[in-house]
Amino acid sequence: MARIELHDITHSYLRRPKKESDYALKKIDDTWEDGGAYALLGPSGCGKTTLLNIISGLLKPTTGRVLYDGKDVSALTPEKRNIAQVFQFPVLYDTMTVFGNLAFPLQNRGIANEEVRRRVREVAEILDLTAVINKRAAGLTADLKQKVSLGRGLVRDDVAAILFDEPLTVIDPHLKWNLRRKLKEIHEQLKMTLIYVTHDQIEALTFADQVAIMVEGEIVQIGTPQDLFENPAHTFVGYFIGSPGMNFLECTMEGDTARVDGAVIPLDEATAALGRKANGKMEVGIRPMYLDVRSEPGEAGVEATVTMIEDQGSYRIVTLMLGGHILRAKVPEGKPVSEGTAWVHFPKQWIRLFADGRVVK
Amino acid sequence: MDKWQDNRAWFLVLPVFVIVAFSALIPLMTVVNYSVQDIFGPGETVFVGTEWFKQMLGDYRLHDALLRQFLFSGLVLLIEIPLGILIALAMPKKGWGVSTSLVILALPLLIPWNVIGTIWIIFTRPDIGLFGVGINSLNLLDPPFDHTATPLYAWITVMLMEVWHWTPLVALLAYAGLRAIPEAYYQAARIDGASPWATFWYIQLPKMRGVLTIAVLLRWMDSFLIYAEPYVLTGGGPGNSTTFLSIYLVKIALQQFDLGPGAAFSLIYFLIVLLFSFIFYQALQRVGKGEKG
Repeated sequence: MARIELHDITHSYLRRPKKESDYALKKIDDTWEDGGAYALLGPSGCGKTTLLNIISGLLKPTTGRVLYDGKDVSALTPEKRNIAQVFQFPVLYDTMTVFGNLAFPLQNRGIANEEVRRRVREVAEILDLTAVINKRAAGLTADLKQKVSLGRGLVRDDVAAILFDEPLTVIDPHLKWNLRRKLKEIHEQLKMTLIYVTHDQIEALTFADQVAIMVEGEIVQIGTPQDLFENPAHTFVGYFIGSPGMNFLECTMEGDTARVDGAVIPLDEATAALGRKANGKMEVGIRPMYLDVRSEPGEAGVEATVTMIEDQGSYRIVTLMLGGHILRAKVPEGKPVSEGTAWVHFPKQWIRLFADGRVVK
Repeated sequence: MDKWQDNRAWFLVLPVFVIVAFSALIPLMTVVNYSVQDIFGPGETVFVGTEWFKQMLGDYRLHDALLRQFLFSGLVLLIEIPLGILIALAMPKKGWGVSTSLVILALPLLIPWNVIGTIWIIFTRPDIGLFGVGINSLNLLDPPFDHTATPLYAWITVMLMEVWHWTPLVALLAYAGLRAIPEAYYQAARIDGASPWATFWYIQLPKMRGVLTIAVLLRWMDSFLIYAEPYVLTGGGPGNSTTFLSIYLVKIALQQFDLGPGAAFSLIYFLIVLLFSFIFYQALQRVGKGEKG
């Protein structure tokens, strides 16, 4: 197990990168604590897999250093770094049995047969693979195959970290949940550093203690699921986490209020003070579940037009037009909402202000 | 609910039946017909039953040719398959080298077969051939190299020609198989600390099983049926030392005009090729697939 530090990592797939857009990774500078369960979440093509391959040593970064427990491993190969990786598609040695697959990494490192057998049996037990241990790996179902490739990482008790590259892509939906729970169980049991790459926010939020959000080659925020939900550091985090994502309204600052197309939204003093100091394009952000849609103006209600109401079973998504902006609100069943004019209330404690995409602070 | 039936579909399949009948079944049946008759001339035939089969099966020259053929095809597989895999492994994986090496490899496959024989006659001639003159100038061989002089030299020349001509096919197939292996397998092997040999043995070779099966079958059948190149190069000599089955068959059927024995020979020949292709196919399908303890 190891604590992983990334110092000023950049990476470009071009030999001589010139502009910023030539870089797949733009300056990654983060620390991944020993024994943590991390998820690396972001849309396809944002550089997640590139970063993962740099951590494991399959790729050499253009600049920057990778440290394991304070030791510089930048120049080491994956097997020297002692890392395990589970890929998107199950990677197995087809001609071997499950036992052979699990024993392979140990045998390659010259570990005694007795010890190999003991470790393999232990890991097979943890992963519920004992029943198929003598079966040929090629004939297994996709979820069992993925368990075997995970097992190849678990058999090495000195492994620094296990990296997952969208490992559930080919697994049936009803088995995904099982496998995810198994992973969580293993993490609690063995307390190893896990890094899990995915573009599925549910997968990331249920698996990880800490989620790193990546977009366009940058990590914009690392935090607990709750943190990401309540305090997004970047408009992308607000938009990407939660369904539907956070509402963003372009605004201008006016005293203790934000002005959006003539409508006035009151802010609390601290936020407003930060907002007045900030420069750039200002936006007000609020989660759909915190918006209060009422049929009377009340105090500080903002007039808007309800254009659509979607029933999602346990709640409704209400789409409103506020001036030229679209707002989405999550309204509990039973609360009356009707199409036409409505008044929206923005609770002060849930309003976040963003300047040029980043939260003001 | 009853299935709606329409037998008009048979009309659509009919052309295929007609083509197969004229291209394979009818010619084959003609050979079967000849193999059980003695033919004196058009319309003058006598039914002789299995006599030609007995005669051919007892023909020591056929036995010799068959043994030569097995030796030849066996050597072809033993040399060309590993060599083809080695070439494929050594070929560049990206850049301009890929297309260049592919084109160079494919060249021998584009040359007409009897031209190949002619090329190698000239290439190995001891008086003017690059190979013949070159190897003799080293003064290592006694007697000096001449593919018409001794059976060994004739065999070496025929094998060299065959390997030069057909190893590229194996290499191209193996290369295609190698390129189809996803990068993740190699990455996993690196992470698991696999040696290059283990990577070859547990990843590359199993993943090439499909293309190698095709390579083995093609090389087996083709080499077992080989005719034009050795016929042009050695004419089956010196003596009968490079008289393979097809050369002997042509001698019986077209030079001696023994149509009956020739037809019986053809059928035996055909069945041997079929039988061994079947055996190879089954064996390769099973290798590394059955359940093991």
